[in-house]
Amino acid sequence: MLSHLPILQVIVPLLAAPACLLLDRARAAWLFACMASFISVVISGLLVFQVHQFGVLSYSLGGWDAPWGIEYRIDLLSAYVLLIVSGIGALMILAADTAIRIEIPSERQPLFYVLYLLCLAGLLGIVATGDIFNVFVFLEISSLATYALIAQGRDRRALWAAYQYLIVGTIGATFILIGIGFLYSLTGTLNMQDLANRLPALESSATAFTAFAFLMVGVCLKLALFPLHLWLPNAYAYAPSIVTAFLAATATKVAVYLLIRFHFSVFGVGFAASVLPLHSIFLVLGLVGVFVASLVAIQQPNVKRLFAYSSVAQIGYMIIGIGIGTVTGLQATLLHLFNHALMKGALFLALAAIVFRFGSADIRHFAGLGQRMPWTMAIIVIGGLSLIGVPGTVGFISKWYLILAAFERDWWPLIIAVLLGSLLAVIYIWRLIEVAYFREGEGESRGEAPLSLLIPTAILALANIYFGIDTRLPVYLSDSAAQMLFGGGP
Amino acid sequence: MLAGIYGLLSASFFVSMDAVDVAFTEAAVGAGVFPLLMLTALTVAGRYEQTVHRRPRAAFFLVLVTGALMIVGTLDMPAFGSLDAPAHTHVAARYIELSPTEIGIPNMVTSVLADYRAFDTLGEVVVVFTAVVGVLIMLTPGEQRQQPSPANAVETMRSHMILRVVSKMLIPLMLLFALYVQFHGEYGPGGGFQAGVIFAAAIILYAMLFGLVKAQAAIKPSILRLLAAFGVLLYGGVGVVSFLTGVNYLDYSRLATDPVVGRHIGIFSIELGVGITVAAAMILIFYAFAGYATGRAEAE
Repeated sequence: MLSHLPILQVIVPLLAAPACLLLDRARAAWLFACMASFISVVISGLLVFQVHQFGVLSYSLGGWDAPWGIEYRIDLLSAYVLLIVSGIGALMILAADTAIRIEIPSERQPLFYVLYLLCLAGLLGIVATGDIFNVFVFLEISSLATYALIAQGRDRRALWAAYQYLIVGTIGATFILIGIGFLYSLTGTLNMQDLANRLPALESSATAFTAFAFLMVGVCLKLALFPLHLWLPNAYAYAPSIVTAFLAATATKVAVYLLIRFHFSVFGVGFAASVLPLHSIFLVLGLVGVFVASLVAIQQPNVKRLFAYSSVAQIGYMIIGIGIGTVTGLQATLLHLFNHALMKGALFLALAAIVFRFGSADIRHFAGLGQRMPWTMAIIVIGGLSLIGVPGTVGFISKWYLILAAFERDWWPLIIAVLLGSLLAVIYIWRLIEVAYFREGEGESRGEAPLSLLIPTAILALANIYFGIDTRLPVYLSDSAAQMLFGGGP
Repeated sequence: MLAGIYGLLSASFFVSMDAVDVAFTEAAVGAGVFPLLMLTALTVAGRYEQTVHRRPRAAFFLVLVTGALMIVGTLDMPAFGSLDAPAHTHVAARYIELSPTEIGIPNMVTSVLADYRAFDTLGEVVVVFTAVVGVLIMLTPGEQRQQPSPANAVETMRSHMILRVVSKMLIPLMLLFALYVQFHGEYGPGGGFQAGVIFAAAIILYAMLFGLVKAQAAIKPSILRLLAAFGVLLYGGVGVVSFLTGVNYLDYSRLATDPVVGRHIGIFSIELGVGITVAAAMILIFYAFAGYATGRAEAE
């Protein structure tokens, strides 16, 4: 059975979804979804181990070898992202039962789990596959599920947010499809490896350039790269809290993965440099994104929205890492994938606990929260410190590698900019802490969030500290993945 | 209405490109079901929209740039229909040369989508499934809204005698044709997607003429939900059976002692799964919208 792991990673949640629909009772559906998610974590752990041991795993679906059939191809990069996505997916589903109790009417809850599993399977499928059309198919699955999930927010504005995302997301997906179409007409193949072999000969072709441009813009729409980020704050702010936590920690990460995959493995590092100054564009957009989004975040009254803007800023850091264009820069990006998933997962889950108590995440509910919900607030403090990049948390590790990468290139202005960006994060986190600890709350004192929510949140918060001190696993994986990507493709 | 015309035109376009299978689907979905769903959605939505007077210059500019980029992209593309275009010489060549012996069915489109790239097709079926779950979760009434009471629902077309008689004769033929398309997919244009849509169209026609209540009595929504999930499970289950026979996921070669027969069985089963899910999904989406519309009409 071990040789089938690559495909099991995806089909376990994929087939669990329709099975979940058959159950039709919220509790049963939840337990079933938990089981499926935990099996996928185990599988992704085994996959990391197998790739580490035996190198790249290739699995021919239907027994047809690539490029005739569809190939699943797990290298270190995909194993690493699979681990992030399935790990977060499992922790979130643990908390989901409590979190959605007040946010989603009970008739809809079984369907919620079906969509959740579909979304998870879609994201995993994008990462596991080695075939660009298959990427598109799974992108569609995860996006469709995401739109429906976002629309489940209690606020009526969730519908509008989901619709906005639907339009933008569909444009992004269409751009990707157009890019794939151009590539097929040019090379006659859909397999990534095969494409990587055939594209260098066609470097000067205008069609290859157009395909590249369409793919990049399409992925960047999904990624919410500044200035294509406008869908994200609304979607994150109005979606059910658990959905926000799941998406913030996984969906953008998968989009970054896709960007890296297309850029490095399909077209090759040299391609972009030869046709357009992609890296400078990434650097500029990343920096502007960090500053603009952080400044907007400072003014947000709704804390969910605040962290949504902060996510846009964090995506900026990841893009800067790619833009630096060295192994260390890419490693910083990959590290930040992992670390940002941990921090935003913890923060948004803590917000889910606050929404569970107060019905919304408005900043006025934070008054006196330090006494009312000491644990939840402590987790927010840890997540916040991590977001700023205080030593001892994972945030520090990402910033450290980013600065190291800039240092290698002697780009002092970039180092200063990254530090300034962290200062902006200090401002918006401090605002929360000030309200929570130094302002008296009105009304009766309310208790802590239920344990079923608190435990997964605490696990994520502790992971923030653990991986901030013992950095071996993410650093090893991201380092080898980055070197592999620069060393001539997977 | 324009969408319907567009659907028909692109269907004919596909025919002229020799993609009869796609044309089939496009004619049924693009020209039939899609405008119908749009109309149903329109009856749910308000009649007027607040008009905003703003000239989106930037958007117009972006559209121009995108269009220009697409034209630039076509410049270096291999000439249309050229024999030595990579699209015809690389992967496709093998499909054309070897699929008759490897898979043993005359319709190569089916060979590609149900065998060589069967996993993509599984993905597409899941997309359809996701769409229907999405529609269901959006239109499932929450606590505050009541289920529309079936007693008040009206038969909309009671007076149209001719329509009723003609459709009574047509519907069985449509169902029969759907089954033909379903099981003939290996030999001619057709397959699960097309058959599912045609089957659904027959039921939707019935629902439109004889009322939602009668249609729902004939085919219950709860059963359709089971069927929608069952289709996906059937498709995915074939893959799991492949595991058990000791080969890779969705490899049908060991489903029978002769690999070619095995592939026949595999393709037959997954096409059935596709057909079931697609038909159930289409009907469910129609039910959901139509039920929502009548619910709204009663509330007002």
